[in-house]
Amino acid sequence: VASVVASIALFVLYLRGGQPQAEGVLLAVVLGGIGVGIALWANRFMPHGPFEEPRGQIGSSDAEVEAFVEDFEAGGEEIARRGFLAKLFAGAVGFLGLAALLPIRSLGPRPGRGLKVTPYEGGGKRLVRDDGTPVKPADVGVDGVITVWPEGNVNVADAPTLLIHLRSGQNKPREGRQDWLVDDLVAYSKLCSHMGCPVGLYQAQLGLLLCPCHQSTFDVGDGCRPIFGPATRSLPQLPLALDGQGYLIATGDFSSPVSAGFWDSGKY
Amino acid sequence: MATREPPAQRRPEHHLRDARPIPRAARWADRRLGTAKILRKALDKIFPDHWSFMLGEIALYAFVVLLGTGVFLTFFFKASPDTVTYAGSYHPLDGVTMSKAYESAIRLSFDVRAGLVMRQAHHWAALVFLAAITAHLFRVWFTGAYRRPREINWIVGLTLMLLALANGFLGYSLLDDQLSGSGLRIVYAVVLSIPLVGTWLTSLVFGGEFPGPDLLERFYVLHILIVPAVLVVLLTAHMAILVYHKHTQYPGPGRRDDNVVGERLWPTYMAKAGAFLFLTAAVVFLLGGVAQINPIWIFGPFRPGGVSAATQPDWYMGWLDGALRIMPGWEFRAFGYEIPNPFFPAVLMPGVLFTALYAAPFIEARFTGDHAEHHLLDRPRDRPVRTAIGVAALAFYLVLFMAASSDVVSARLGLSVNTVFWIFRISIFAVPLVSAFIANRLCLELQRRDGTTPARRRRPRRDQPSGDEHGPAPAAAEPQTVAD
Repeated sequence: VASVVASIALFVLYLRGGQPQAEGVLLAVVLGGIGVGIALWANRFMPHGPFEEPRGQIGSSDAEVEAFVEDFEAGGEEIARRGFLAKLFAGAVGFLGLAALLPIRSLGPRPGRGLKVTPYEGGGKRLVRDDGTPVKPADVGVDGVITVWPEGNVNVADAPTLLIHLRSGQNKPREGRQDWLVDDLVAYSKLCSHMGCPVGLYQAQLGLLLCPCHQSTFDVGDGCRPIFGPATRSLPQLPLALDGQGYLIATGDFSSPVSAGFWDSGKY
Repeated sequence: MATREPPAQRRPEHHLRDARPIPRAARWADRRLGTAKILRKALDKIFPDHWSFMLGEIALYAFVVLLGTGVFLTFFFKASPDTVTYAGSYHPLDGVTMSKAYESAIRLSFDVRAGLVMRQAHHWAALVFLAAITAHLFRVWFTGAYRRPREINWIVGLTLMLLALANGFLGYSLLDDQLSGSGLRIVYAVVLSIPLVGTWLTSLVFGGEFPGPDLLERFYVLHILIVPAVLVVLLTAHMAILVYHKHTQYPGPGRRDDNVVGERLWPTYMAKAGAFLFLTAAVVFLLGGVAQINPIWIFGPFRPGGVSAATQPDWYMGWLDGALRIMPGWEFRAFGYEIPNPFFPAVLMPGVLFTALYAAPFIEARFTGDHAEHHLLDRPRDRPVRTAIGVAALAFYLVLFMAASSDVVSARLGLSVNTVFWIFRISIFAVPLVSAFIANRLCLELQRRDGTTPARRRRPRRDQPSGDEHGPAPAAAEPQTVAD
């Protein structure tokens, strides 16, 4: 108990300084001191059992149940006699409940196309870095990877894109995507097709992208096909081209909805 | 009735003139609420003593600390996604654009007196809260405390656990740092994966596409008001039912299904419980002071393109993250619609698990045909099947939990990520089965050593309670009946 008084004094003293570790330790000493004090008190000086107490019965006796049923039914009959009123009441409350559900609709917009498009939609947007500067093909060396965004949409949640410079011959373009790259530069959505984590780890030797969250692995040369882990869909690819000034642009939106899958993500 | 002032009523008036304030106040309250009668009963209430009964208590006390520290935090935290440029006393972040939520959490940590201790204690208390709940759940499971008449309290308890899990996650998400943003994105994907309604559900919950404009404010209201309010109500119900049923007890001499043997609430049990509250708080604040947790200033504000490797969620979410990792890349597609992969490990698996938990008391009663009232606890060894199931569940949980750090495991052990995944994918089935088998054998072996045959209805045993750490077990003395 003496420790309690001492520690309180200490605490007040130290609070002037305001240092986290000291505050934590002192709080612990104060609280612990009180706790130990009470525990010792209880163990040494308080009466100890074992004492016994009957539990009694939890359920009601048959007579009590019967009495309840009788009273309840007597009251119920009064309501049942005014059947029409009772129905009106139930109807009113029911419709009020229904009406109360409607505001839920206001919580968010109709999902609609939102999940299926990104700011790249329509094409022609330049790819820019985090600081908004546009990118030329020569800015990314072989095996290099940078994160880019559609111009004017830096840090928009569904738009992060990986721009990867593959080694020559490493890429086996998919049918119909032969002209989606510029000088061995390819662009894929940075959002994992599993749960939307940014796929940040590039193993240049193997040409593999690894998701740090759940370790899904994608083969970049093969259209970012998932080759291991829980992901099931390839990362969506972005069609690239150059504009008049030699900067990289996207000629359209990603090849499929980005990020995690959902019920109708196949209906693109 | 005819007498206006019966002598019995004059005596209290005399008491009211008692100069000491406490008897006066007590009498005042009693005349209006009849408190003396009620409290007299409460003071004499008997609580059995056993270390394993203290697990639920830890949860309760951690909750008290959570409320206290949480109220402190609300004075300084701003749940707003609006962006500001940082200019505070933590210079590495100078000039960085961030949300007001993240900025206020940083300010709270560095510029508010005792702010960091409170924030860290709040986080630690949440971890302790969930750990205590989980341990308490297993105690109740292994001792069969959920049997009649306590099925309702089992259901209330499970609901409390789910709410605690949800609120832990909500709180974690509010800070808007890189880690919480990633966690949020994963939960968004989980909700999105629900067939048919997933897209609508995410839109309504998040207020639109991820990250959602209204998200922080909504989560904040849920975290600090709605979920805690429901927690308080259910916690009250949990304890009220406990008091009404009177606590279960381990078998022992003089302990029967129709009595309860232990300490009186006043003063001994009350003092012990009070001491325990202070000790729990002491541990939490010690951790909050010296053990750094969730250093958001290192993680930085959330950026949709930012990467965070080798990160783990808070421990209570680990098992779900582990399940997401080791799930093979399968999903179900037909007619242009799909059930995405995360649905199976993150919605279906926990859904099935918790449904089974909710139904467990009823399933057990159906199988054993035992619908009788029970107030004496089972020893785990006497129920080999139940114990085996519990051990299997524990093993299942632990494998998933460890799978959540698969990347760290593979880096530490120098194994490829693929190998580690396959080890976990096999372990998730093998380890629970093997451990259930071992647990079952162990129970039967222990029974044989006891010299008892597996009996459905057991006599109270002399060597109980076995794990009592309070020196000479109270069971050693014959209990004395409380005079009423």
